[in-house]
Formats: sequence, C-alpha cells, structure tokens
Amino acid sequence: MTETAHTLDARGLNCPLPILRAKKAIAALASGEILEVIATDPGSVKDLDSFCSQTGHEMVSSEEADDGFVFLIRKA
Amino acid sequence: MNSTAPVIDMPTKDLNAWFNQRFDEKMAEREAAHTPSMTIIATKGTLDMAYPPFILASTAAALGWDVSIFFTFYGLSLLKKQLDLKVSPLGNPAMPMKLPEGPSWIRGKELPIPTSIMALVPGFENMATSMMQKTMDKKGIARIEELRELCAEAEVKLVACQMTVDLFDHDQDDFIPEIHEWVGAASFLPRALKADVNLFV
Repeated sequence: MTETAHTLDARGLNCPLPILRAKKAIAALASGEILEVIATDPGSVKDLDSFCSQTGHEMVSSEEADDGFVFLIRKA
Repeated sequence: MNSTAPVIDMPTKDLNAWFNQRFDEKMAEREAAHTPSMTIIATKGTLDMAYPPFILASTAAALGWDVSIFFTFYGLSLLKKQLDLKVSPLGNPAMPMKLPEGPSWIRGKELPIPTSIMALVPGFENMATSMMQKTMDKKGIARIEELRELCAEAEVKLVACQMTVDLFDHDQDDFIPEIHEWVGAASFLPRALKADVNLFV
C-alpha cells in the first residue's frame, strides 16, 4: 500500500533545488511515510536516486508522467 | 610465551580466514558509522563562479555530509550582506552570449561577436550580468542568496578568511551574521586534512 503523506511540487526548479526541497520535505515526515515528488528537471531522475542511496531512504517508484517525473520516496 | 595468554590452536589458513572476515566486518561497521565530510575553498567573486561552492555545499548537506566552505580573496564577497555579483565576458571565450528573451530561434543563437571585443564595450559587463540573471531565473536556477540561505540553514559552516578582510580593508559589519568564524589558513587546514573531499573553486 503506497499512501502519500505529502506531495512536493518541484516543477520548474533546477539542480540542486529539487534535492534540497525533497530533503526538507522528508524531514517533516515520520519514518515509513511516503513523499511524492514531481519534478521537470531531467537531472533529478539520477540525482534523487543518488540522494536515496546516500541517505538510506527508499525510492519506491520513479516514473515519467505527462507533467514531469514523479517519484515516491519512503522515509527511512 | 605468557602462560596466562589463551592458546590459539588453529591452522594458519583458518586463522587468516577468520581474521579476514573479522576485518571486513569491522571495516563495514566503520564505514556505516562514518559521516562523509567536505571542505571547499571559494576564491572567486563572480556571479558564475559563486554557484559551484554553494550548489555543491547545499547538495552535500542534503546528503547528510558535514560541510565547510572557506571564503578567501574575492570569494569573500560571496558572504556580503548586499550581494552585487557580476559576470564578465573578458577572458571568458567559452561564455555563451545568447539573448534571454525572444522567439526560440533567436534565443538559441550566439551573438556573432567575440567575447574579447564585447568586454571592451562600456557597460557591457552589466548587460551580460543582467542577461545571465534573466536566463537563470527563466530556467529555474536558484539565486545565490537562496542557495546561501539554504547552506546556512543546513548548517554548512561558512568560514571567512581573516587576512582578506585586513588586506582589502573590508568592514566585518558588511558581512552576513551566519558566518561561523573568522580564521586563517592554519585553522582551516586541519579541518581539510580530515575531510573526505577537498575542492578548490
């Protein structure tokens, strides 16, 4: 069950803002909760992956949608 | 041999295998407990060169790293309360000179004048700066003020070079209060020695 606790709209923002905003948004969540991030920066696909592997959060899914890239991240 | 010492009765081959396994376990434990750290030396005070230190520092802080930036010489101006950063085409032949506005066929084209000639035109630096700032705003690139604030918020240590203040007769009151400390090279180097990543910008 993937229920989103919070959605971060990072559309139109460029490196490194999507990562910095994601870090801030995830800090406000409880462990196990899911953050949805929507971004248009193509670099954010690899950067958010790297962010997750460095910080221990889990990248539940990473998809390209009509309005940008959509990521679901579960807080460690 | 001390008679109270435990007797290890194990073939050398097994002993080596045991040691290798324990060593790997200990190293993995150590790596997991280690907080990566980075020190950056920022020496440039132009709009374009203000980005690398603040982007790398804020991103590293978001990854959970411990980060310090040492601002020296012209880099110290990146810590002023009132930022007035400019970008110069002089001596910068790789700088793309493109108009920030207009139809896409105009925006994509480089102006057909060498940057060395452009730099000689009075007021061109201001124009180039405002063109670059407009392009950055349009592309969703953060302002330096914002990145600097994010760094301070994320507890990136902003370290200012004391010698530069004396050298250029700067007034400490002109600088942001978030500055962690005013020190010299001898105070910064021991921190750099322990860091995993050291960068000079």
